[in-house]
Order: sequence, then C-alpha cells, then structure tokens
Amino acid sequence: MYIPFPKNSKFCSFIKCSNRIVALVLAIMLSTPVLLRAQDSTAAAAPAGGGDVAKGESLFKNNCAQCHAVTDERVVGPGLKGATSRQDMPWLIKWVRNSQAVIASGDPYAVKLYNEYSKAQMTSFPNLSEDDIKSIFAYVDQAATAPAPTAAAAGGAPAATGAADSGPSDLFMIVVVALVVVMLLVLGVLLVIVSLLSKAVAGGTEAAPKADFMTRLSTSLKNFAMDSSIRSATIWVFALLVLKATIDGAFNVGVQQGYAPKQPISFSHKLHAGEYKIDCNYCHTGVNRGKSAHIPSANICMNCHGVIKKESPEIQKIYTSIEKNQPIEWVRVHNLPDLAYFNHAQHVNVGGVECENCHGDVAQMEVIQQRSSLTMGWCIDCHRKTEVNTKDNQYYDKLVQLHGSESKEALKVADIGGLECSKCHY
Amino acid sequence: MENTNKRYWRGLEELRNDEKFVKNAASEFAEGPTESQYESLVDGVGTHRRDFLKVLGFGMAAVSLAACEAPVKKAIPYVNKPEGEFPTISNWYASTYSEGGDYASILVKTREGRPIKIEGNSLSKASCGVSARVHASLLGLYDNEKLRGPKKGEDTKVAWETVDKEILDQLKSIAAKGGAIRIVSPTILSPSTKSVIADFTAKYPTTKHVVYDANSAAALLKGNELSFGKSVLPAYDFSKAKLIVGIDADFLGTWIAPETYSSQFAQTRIVGSAKDGKKDMSRLYQFESIMSLTGSNADYRTSVKPSQLGLVVTSLYNKVAAKLGGQSITAPALDVTNLDKAANELVKAKGQALVVCGVNDPSVQVVVNAINGLLGSYGTTIDIDNPVYFRQGDDIAMNGFVDEVKGGKVAAVILYGANPVYDHPRGAELAEALPKVGLSVSFNDRADETSSLFKYILPAPHYLEAWNDAEPKAGFYSLAQPTISLIFNTRQAQSSLLKWAELPSDFHEYMKSFWRKNIYTQGGTGDYEKFWVKVLHDGVFTTNRAAVASAPAFTGNLAAAGASVGKKYKASATGLELAIFENVGIGNGAVANNPWLQEFPEPVTKACWDNHAGLSQKTATELGVVQGDVVKVDYKGKSISVPVIIQPGLAAGTVAIAIGFGREKAGKSANGVGKNVYPLAVFSEGFLSFSPGEVTVSKTGETREIAQTQTHNTVMNRKSVLQETVLAHFQQDPMAGRFVPKIPTSEGSVDATDLSLWNGHNYKNHSWGMVIDLNTCFGCGSCVVSCQAENNIPVVGRQEVINAREMHWLRIDRYYSSDADVEDLRGLEIASENPEVTFQPMMCQHCNNAPCETVCPVLATTHSSEGLNQMAYNRCVGTRYCANNCPYKVRRFNWFKYFDNDNFDYNFNNDLGKMVINPDVTVRSRGVIEKCSMCVHLIQEAKLTAKKERRRVTDADVAVVCGTSCPTNAITFGDMNDPESKISKLLAEEREGRAFHMLEEINVRPQISYLTKVRNKDVAEKVEAKKEHA
Repeated sequence: MYIPFPKNSKFCSFIKCSNRIVALVLAIMLSTPVLLRAQDSTAAAAPAGGGDVAKGESLFKNNCAQCHAVTDERVVGPGLKGATSRQDMPWLIKWVRNSQAVIASGDPYAVKLYNEYSKAQMTSFPNLSEDDIKSIFAYVDQAATAPAPTAAAAGGAPAATGAADSGPSDLFMIVVVALVVVMLLVLGVLLVIVSLLSKAVAGGTEAAPKADFMTRLSTSLKNFAMDSSIRSATIWVFALLVLKATIDGAFNVGVQQGYAPKQPISFSHKLHAGEYKIDCNYCHTGVNRGKSAHIPSANICMNCHGVIKKESPEIQKIYTSIEKNQPIEWVRVHNLPDLAYFNHAQHVNVGGVECENCHGDVAQMEVIQQRSSLTMGWCIDCHRKTEVNTKDNQYYDKLVQLHGSESKEALKVADIGGLECSKCHY
Repeated sequence: MENTNKRYWRGLEELRNDEKFVKNAASEFAEGPTESQYESLVDGVGTHRRDFLKVLGFGMAAVSLAACEAPVKKAIPYVNKPEGEFPTISNWYASTYSEGGDYASILVKTREGRPIKIEGNSLSKASCGVSARVHASLLGLYDNEKLRGPKKGEDTKVAWETVDKEILDQLKSIAAKGGAIRIVSPTILSPSTKSVIADFTAKYPTTKHVVYDANSAAALLKGNELSFGKSVLPAYDFSKAKLIVGIDADFLGTWIAPETYSSQFAQTRIVGSAKDGKKDMSRLYQFESIMSLTGSNADYRTSVKPSQLGLVVTSLYNKVAAKLGGQSITAPALDVTNLDKAANELVKAKGQALVVCGVNDPSVQVVVNAINGLLGSYGTTIDIDNPVYFRQGDDIAMNGFVDEVKGGKVAAVILYGANPVYDHPRGAELAEALPKVGLSVSFNDRADETSSLFKYILPAPHYLEAWNDAEPKAGFYSLAQPTISLIFNTRQAQSSLLKWAELPSDFHEYMKSFWRKNIYTQGGTGDYEKFWVKVLHDGVFTTNRAAVASAPAFTGNLAAAGASVGKKYKASATGLELAIFENVGIGNGAVANNPWLQEFPEPVTKACWDNHAGLSQKTATELGVVQGDVVKVDYKGKSISVPVIIQPGLAAGTVAIAIGFGREKAGKSANGVGKNVYPLAVFSEGFLSFSPGEVTVSKTGETREIAQTQTHNTVMNRKSVLQETVLAHFQQDPMAGRFVPKIPTSEGSVDATDLSLWNGHNYKNHSWGMVIDLNTCFGCGSCVVSCQAENNIPVVGRQEVINAREMHWLRIDRYYSSDADVEDLRGLEIASENPEVTFQPMMCQHCNNAPCETVCPVLATTHSSEGLNQMAYNRCVGTRYCANNCPYKVRRFNWFKYFDNDNFDYNFNNDLGKMVINPDVTVRSRGVIEKCSMCVHLIQEAKLTAKKERRRVTDADVAVVCGTSCPTNAITFGDMNDPESKISKLLAEEREGRAFHMLEEINVRPQISYLTKVRNKDVAEKVEAKKEHA
C-alpha cells in the first residue's frame, strides 16, 4: 500500500516521544482524512448550472481557449472581446465552421484577418451546431463584460486540483491504530523489564556481591543469546521478513509506478495543461472515441506552434520531424500488458471518469510520469468502488431499475459485471 | 420421432473400428508423438517431473532479470494524421473481389491502415456473402513470398523505368514487323481493364487477348450460342425454383457462383414452426460422380459414372419430352434410380423448375437448354437477357494459343493472372515452347510455374492494394479501391499496359473517365463527382437497365446434339474412370499458397493439406486398397500417385481427384502439397473435359496418412446430437424428429432440464445466444475461415492435423447416416453406398451449467453475467481438465507456440504475415486452452458504441463473424433478453418446434440452439427402403 512520506516521518519521531505526544499525533492523523474529504466535496460541488452561457463556457474551454482569449488580448488568434460587434452572427458561424471557405470566397475582412495573422489557418469546427457557436459567443460576450468572476474562478482551480490524491483509506487508519496499540504495549513491557532489571540489579548486590553490574549484565545477555528458543524465534522472524520482501518484490515485477523516462522532446504538461489549461482532449483526440487516447501527431502541435515559439530548439525538433517525414518516437509511459484490454472511451466518454483519476495531476508534471500502478488489483479496486455513470444513458436504464428493486446501495461497476474476466481479457 | 433412431457415423474409421480410431476414441487427447520425435525441453509433451525444477529455476531467474530493467517501448504517432483515420478504431471500405471470374462485393475492415478482415457487402445485389476463399484472400495480401519488385531474368534490382523502356522498344519493333502479341488471362470482369486492353490493341494491332478458365464453362457459353444464338452465361435464380435437378453441377460448392446460388437456394429451404410459418420447401435431385457439397445436400442423390452423365441428360429430356410433347432424341436409354421420379416432378413443377448441368460439353448443354425450354424455365428461373460474366474462357482459343506458341508464331506473350503451365492440360508443351518466345512479360505476383519461364516479371499488386472495377452481371457494376498503400514495389497491370500504349498511365484516372463515359450514362444521377464518391462508398452501382427476362425460342439442333451425346457416352461402363473435380477451399489452385486454405478441411471428405484418390468402399475392396495406400493413377501414360481416401457416395468404378494441388513454385505452404491432376484432363472436341475416361489404378506399396479432421473431436452415438425429419412429418408436427429426453425419478419421469444441481444464472442485462438452422447450413465452411481470420487462430500444419491438434474454434461436423434399419445390426456395419449427409457447425455452446467451469482448478474459465463462457488465457495453467470435461469437444489446447516458430512456418512466422493479426484478440501462447469466445470483442465493441450514443444495443450493432459470413444466414446471433431481437423472435416461434439443444439430456443448458434438419423426401418411399433392407 502507498503510504505518503510525511506521515511516515511522524511514525519515526513518535517512538521516541512520550505518551502525550503520541496521543497528539494520533489525533492529527485521525482528523486528516476528514479534512481532506471535506475539501473533496467542495471541489466536486463547483460545476453546475445550465443555459447557453454555461454550455458556451465548456465549449469555449474545450475548443477555443487554446488560441483565443475572451479579452482583446492576442494569443494565437485574435482576442474575441467584441467579436460579435465586429461581424454579424451568420458570418461568425460560417467562419468558425470553415474559415478556409470564407477566405476562399474572397470575403475582404476574412482575407485581411488571414494576412494579419501571418496566414495561419484556424482549425475548422464543422461539428459545432449553430446553437453551439451562438452559445460560445454568448459566453464570450458575458465573460468580456464581467471579467472579475472568471478570474476568481480561475484562481480557485489550483486549490481544487490539489485535492486529487484521495484521503487515506479505512484500512490505513486501522493499521495506524493497531500500530499505536502495539507500540503502547511494547512501551509498557519495556517499562516493566526496565523496572525488573533495576530491581534485579538492586537485589543482586545482596546475593552476589562479588560480581559487578557489567559482568552480570554480560552473563545474562550471553544466556539470552544462547537460549535456543530465542535464537530460533529470531531466525524465523528474519526468514519470514526475507520471504515477505521477496513476495513483495515479485508482485512488483513489471509494475512501473513512478516511471518517468526522458522524452525525445522535453514537452511540459505543466506548461500546456497546467498554465495554459489546454484541455486534454485537444491533443489526445481519441480519448472519447476509442481504445487509445492517441499521442498527438505532429500536425496537432503545429496548430499552435505554427505561430508560437517557432525558434525554440525543442519545437524545432517538431519542424525537423515534419520536414523529414519522420515521426517523433516518444517513450511510452503507460504500458498495459497485451493480455489486458483497456478502452479510454468506455471510461472517459461513458463512465465520465476524469483523466486525473488514473494519470494523476498531469497539470503539475514537468515530465510525464506513471502515477498509478496499473496492476489488476488497482483496476478491480476501482471497479468495486466506482458508481456507474448511468445519468442520461438509456443503456443502463433497465439495469438501474433492476438494481433499485434489489438493493439500496448505489450501482457499482462490479454489480454489472465489471469484475468478469472477459470484460478485459479476450 | 422415428428419425431420431437413425444411426450416424462420422467416418469409415468408425465402421471399420480402426485401431487408431478406437484408441483415440477411448483416450481424451490424441497420443503425443514419441519422444524421439520431439526432444526439446519445451516441446509440449515430453516434460518430465525433474524438468519442473529446471523450468522453475529458469523462470525465477528470468523474472528477476526482467525486473531489473523494463524494456523501453515506443509510442509513435503519425507525423500528419490522415483525416478519418483513428488509431485503434477500424474503418470499413467497400471493394470488390474478382479473381479469375470469381466475384464478391466485399467490405474490408482496416485497422491503422491495414486490412484485417473481409465481409460481404449487403448492398450488393449481384453477390451474396463471401466464400472461404474470399475470406482467405486477405492472407494473400500478406504473403511473404511475393516478388518485391520487377524482375528481369534473375535481376530483381531492375528499375521500372529500365524495364518500361526495354519492353516498349521491343513491342515497337515487334509491331513494326507485324509479330503476334498475345495477352493471356483468366476471365476478366473489369470493363475498364478490357478497355485498357482494347487501347493497347489499338496501339499494337497484332495483339489478341486469349481468355481461358482453369475450370472451364466454355461449353455452357457455346451451348447457349447453339441454342439461342447468344454466347452468354445465363443468370440462374434458384430462389424461384421448386424443383431443381443438378447434373454434375456443384452449384453450392464450386460451380460458377456458389455463394449466390447457396443464398438463393437457402431461401427455398427455410421453414418455420409457427402456425403461419412457411411449411414447404424446394426439392433437389442430384446426379453426379463425385460426392460433392451439392450432392450431400440433395434430397435425392444418385451416383453416376462420368461416362454416363451425358445420358442422364438425354434420358431426362426424353422422359420430360414424352410428357410435355417435345421431339424425342435418339440416344441410349439410361436407367438409374430417381431419374423417372425426377422427370415426373419436373413436369409437375413446370414454370418453377430448373435443370443445371456442369458437364463441359456443348451438346449436353444444348439438351439441358432444351429441357429447361420445355419446362418453361426461361423467364422464370433462368434469365438469359441479363447474363452473368463469371466465366468467359474460350477453350478453343487457348488451345490455338498453345499451338501458336509451339509453332513459334508468337513474338510476345503478356501473362495477366494466368498460370497455364500449371493449370492447363497442355502445360508441359507450353513450358517447353515458352522460352523461345522473344518477349515474355508476366504480371503475376510471383515467379510461379509459368512466370518463372518469362523474361520479365512485373508484379501487379494484390487486389486489396489496387484500383479496379467489375461487371459481374449485366446492369451491375462494382468498384474496388486500395485499402492499403502498396506493400512492395509493384504496379498495376493496367498501368503498365497503358504506359506501353503510350497513354497516361494513371489507372485510377483512366477508370474514372471510363465510368463517366460508359457507366454514369446508364442511370447515374447528379453531379459526377458525387456519383463517383457514392459508388466508391457503396461499392456497387445498379444501372437503370430494364430487368426483363424473356423466354427465347430454342433454335438449337437438338437431334445433332442428341446424336453427339449418344455417341460419346455409354449406358453401361465397366472400366475404372477418372473424375477430376474442384476442391471447395483451394479452388483451381491459383491461390494455393495460403495456409488458411490448405488447412481448411474439404467439406465432405474433411481432409486437408493434400489431394487424394477418392474411391467408393466397393471399388476400393475390388482393387484391394485401403485408405492411405498410395496408388498410381495412370491415364494413357500420364500418371500421378496419390493416397486413397474412401468416400461413401462416390460412384462405383470412379476415382475422383481434386485440382488445385501439386503446385511447384507457389510458395512454402503450397509447394509439394498434393499432386497436380491438370495434365490428366483432356480436350474433347476442343472443350476441356475433366472426365478423360478409363484409367488404371495400381498400388505403389507406399502409404501416406491422411490429415482428416472429422473423427477427431466429434460427438455422436447419442440421439440428441443430430435431429432431423422429413417434410411431410414436419408439416403435421413441427416437433417431428425432435428428441426430448426424459429422466426417470422417484416421482415419475421428468424432463432432463427439470433436474439440476445448479442454481442457474440470472442474466439481467444481455443474454447472448445463437441459433443455427441445420436446414440452411450447407457446410460450405465460409464461417470456418472467417473465424480463423477474426480470432487469430494459428495454422498447425499437416502433421499436427494428423495428431488431432487442429486449432479451428469452429468446425463443421459432417455425419453420414446409415440407410439400414436400426434393428438391422449387420446392415448398420456396412458403409452405405450413398448415405444421407448432415452438416452441423460446432463451436463452444456456452453452457449455463458448464462442465468445464466446475473442473478448472485455477478459475481460468468462468461464466459471465451475459451468458458467455469466458476464457482467461493468462490464468490458464494448461491442465486440460476443461477439454476433458467438455461434452462437445470444442476446446483447443496450444500444444506449441505457433508464432515465431520455424516448425510452423506459416503466416505467424514472419512480420508481413503477422500484419493480418486482429489487434483486439490476444495471440495465445503455448500451454493454454482456447475456444470460441462468441466474438466477445465484437460484443464489447457493440456495447460501447451503444453506450457512447446513450442507447440500448440493437441487432444492428452486434454480430459474430460466423453469422455475418454465412451466405445462407443459417446462423442467427443476438441478445435473447431483448424481445425485439431477431433471435428472440425466432426462438419464440421455434421453441415448441424445431429448436433443440445438443445433448439435452445432460442438461448443460447451452446458449446455442439448433433447428432440426428437414429433408424433402417422400415418406412412403422411406418405408419401402427400410423393407428392402429388412
């Protein structure tokens, strides 16, 4: 089990401490998960609401925010503040859906814009409906007129993402309490032994006056060491410890938790996902569609880096790759064995699982790292605990109804066959 | 109920009580090879207890070494991702299979730009389903033994520019001198390609295009020319026929367009148990020499010697003409069983009758046309106005070509897809003469028997890499598009011809403008670009051609044809005759270098990896040979030596040998497999004849074991395995022929399903199940290869098939039923001369009370909440308890590692061949059990699609590949929990009718049901037959 480091250091210290300090530490530890959980619930309660503006906001963040600001600040493309007053809505819709067509049609404003932004094409969004685009601009207008609340919301975000690591589990608490109890018992026994020994020392002066304290201590220690039962007990304990270490080691064969290899291009997720808040979907386009989330192809990088930071030596590597038509060979971080089938779309699109659940706080990673163990135990554990995302999904209606008639508990993945072999192995 | 008492036998080994058969029947697994055969530690059999520690020690060391450093894996994205291509998501493209006149409109499944599966295109109206050979053609794409680029003599490094220049120069000088140029090909269905050849001919006017087919139908074309003045292949419609008489035409297996005919024929064989269900069926009579797939599905079958076949036709004509008032013809009368009956019923079914004949003799075909004319088949079951173009070969022209080459009259030969040195009876003569031809260019993909004699081999790409089109039938066109970029440095034959004709050589552009001029004008609508994209998407285009089928007047010279038949065929023939036939899997041998096809068991003999001399039991006894004896079959000095296989139903005094084997320069999988029988075929009046006449058969003294799959895993001797009835009984009682087992208990006898130790399963969500209609399963085996392609099933080779270790998850059991009375114990011991045959597809039955699950010590096989019996390979430790406990014998054990293993040098042993692997299915390693998963990966994919769209799964989402491949839709798959699904509706009708579970008495409650086979036989006659035996 994964024990966070700072808590371990508390363990080390309390052995030396008095009972009062032990009690204090215990109290702190018992309360931490409660605090952490409280934080979780506040973070989860944040996104809610409806209407055009809210829809526009999510659409904007997923599709537009990489290149456009809601203010008049120029990012990759122009700031969108006042865009609705610069052009009418039908033009904007046409532009968003297929900007190339508008430029090709010879629209003077479009051509001017195109030339102004050094002929960088805007990605076309043929999938966005008219309503979607209207919502986006509704959000842009609202955000541009009232920038204060957005800033506040943005400020709040890092605090929420900080709580990604879930609180200590129940099992952990039980172990801690048990350890404390054992420690207290050991402490008691030690005190008894010390008092007995000091009594023996005191009493011994009368019975055997000739031997001094050190001689007597060494004889009794010698006797102690010669005692066969104690010796065999020690050997047993040692052997068992070695065995446990071996088994633990064997279980960790192939587990690459914490694996963070050097990549051919020092791409920073911290910068892209953290600071610029580019949605994971923007580059990992497969995540809602299929099995693989997709490592982005070089042409996706070029959407932005066709304009931004072209001179950086790292980005030059992408240019070289495109010129030579040689794909970039990234080092694969998350290696699931071939015998296990995992599908991103099932988890992200259908299950509504956040990327961070498995990949950790990518927004804080300079170099991408494997945060979860990716063992079968880890999968199963989550399938046991996770509720099925049945909301607005007709596929589950019958199952929810049946489950509701049989049980009061929430419908977990395990309840609908999430632990069966052929769900992942075939 | 009487039919359930029928006695079935799997093969003659069983009746003979062969030593090997008895031994294998008693032991669960076939005995392993002796230790001297396999000495290695990791051989799958000879591991000793002591080796355990060695392996354990090695394992521990390997694990600790592996733990030190995990291998670095790379993730390599596209540089520029193609639009519409998403890694791990498959794309489907419509295309066309047209090889040597065999045609199928197909859909190709591609993953990351490589084709991994072929299915039939349901939009096509000119073809239905795809055959085993079309499924296997996918593997041909990844054949490692194709040429990598152009080859000039022995030079394989030569550049296209060089060869183009040289060939162009030579062609020009030949044309200047007026030298003859010949293009030799099998049937070409592509109108654009024909136009390219016309353009080439326009540039070089001395060019002639010679078309021939290895298994020719030239006489059928000629027969129609003589009868109606049209040299065409009429379109047959079996679905409109109530009564069909087949004379040596294996239209369900190999004759012209078997999948389409199967699908039409199946429509007439569907019956329903519901009150308003269909209760009548067509009837099929078959007169033939060999035991063909069609013959084994016939209601009445008569074995006739090859030399009598013509007289079957004339006698049938005379009998029909006597009733319907046609002129009679003078030919010896032939009296064989069922002929009178067939004639009477043909007359009764006038207007809904069809007579087809596969004899390649124009006179015979003229008489057949006369019969069909009398019966009013033209305009109903035969459409001669909208012909098909599947066979266009001209035997006479090809013979002329051989003579020309021998006479040194040909200056240049261009070979396009043909291999006459191998598959023409005069191949040897050609092989001698060809090197003398000044310029010889082959477009074949490898240096095969013919191409290796050529000066230039300019390999054309596989059809899945190329643009093409096809016109299979008048008014039907289809397009083929590349589904993968060129694997090797190849170029389309059409481009080469265009280049040498000094025209723009882009065949795609050429085809597009050809379509605009010639096909778009036949009913294309809208903008041409949009039309083109739509046809490319659909794969097919039907023109606005009016589909009128007239009844043309028969103008043939019947008397002359009759006289010719009477002269050539004999009513009573005593000698031993040779019958050459086409094998359902390998076909004419053009694509023999395909391990899937080599291991595909021939549907009737169930033998693979060889061709054999088929003999009936009687003839074999007379000749004093037994199965496995290698015999020399000698026809006028030309001879081949093949092992004997005893084939019940084969005409007495006939020896049957399949074409398509004995390749010498095809590749590892085909070279030396079987013997080439083409040289024994003859020409009769210029037409290719596969029945040359009398041969002598002599023992060579050698024996060769036959790799036959039938007796390996089949279950039988239990009444509840096969259940069948006859139509009259079925009409009275839909449950006729059903066996309902009763178990006696203290409370009286109860249904077997009422007694159980188990609590059963509760399927809340889905309950996947399958229904297999034994009445429409003709045993063609398309599903077997389809399953092999989808589920990464390894090829094990001849020796391992003999060892009873073939890996097919889906097998088709073929049973012969004895016609002896059940009480007649002696009669039951005699192999029937002409047995009834039943085919039964057999795969994991996904039992609810699965015997395999309870015995697995490591829980590697468990039950899912959706009715599937799951198999976790990584958990399996290979005890094989499950296989031992499986009542259906459908579990397969990986005795070896079949990939990257030089002992199994098939497609899994090279990088190119491995490209065919389906990435969604694990490649199993040595030591684990595997079996049908009911395509669980497709089920999971379908569920995910539905979930992503926030809806329930429907029939349209889910499929198993055996079901989708079946040309006759005999396999219905779906969710039995969904009341709207096809399977639920079918079961609701048939539960109290034809549906039965195999081995119902052991109450394992399979998810798979079978529907009883109904034969359209007369009841009275059955009783008579029984009396005869008694």
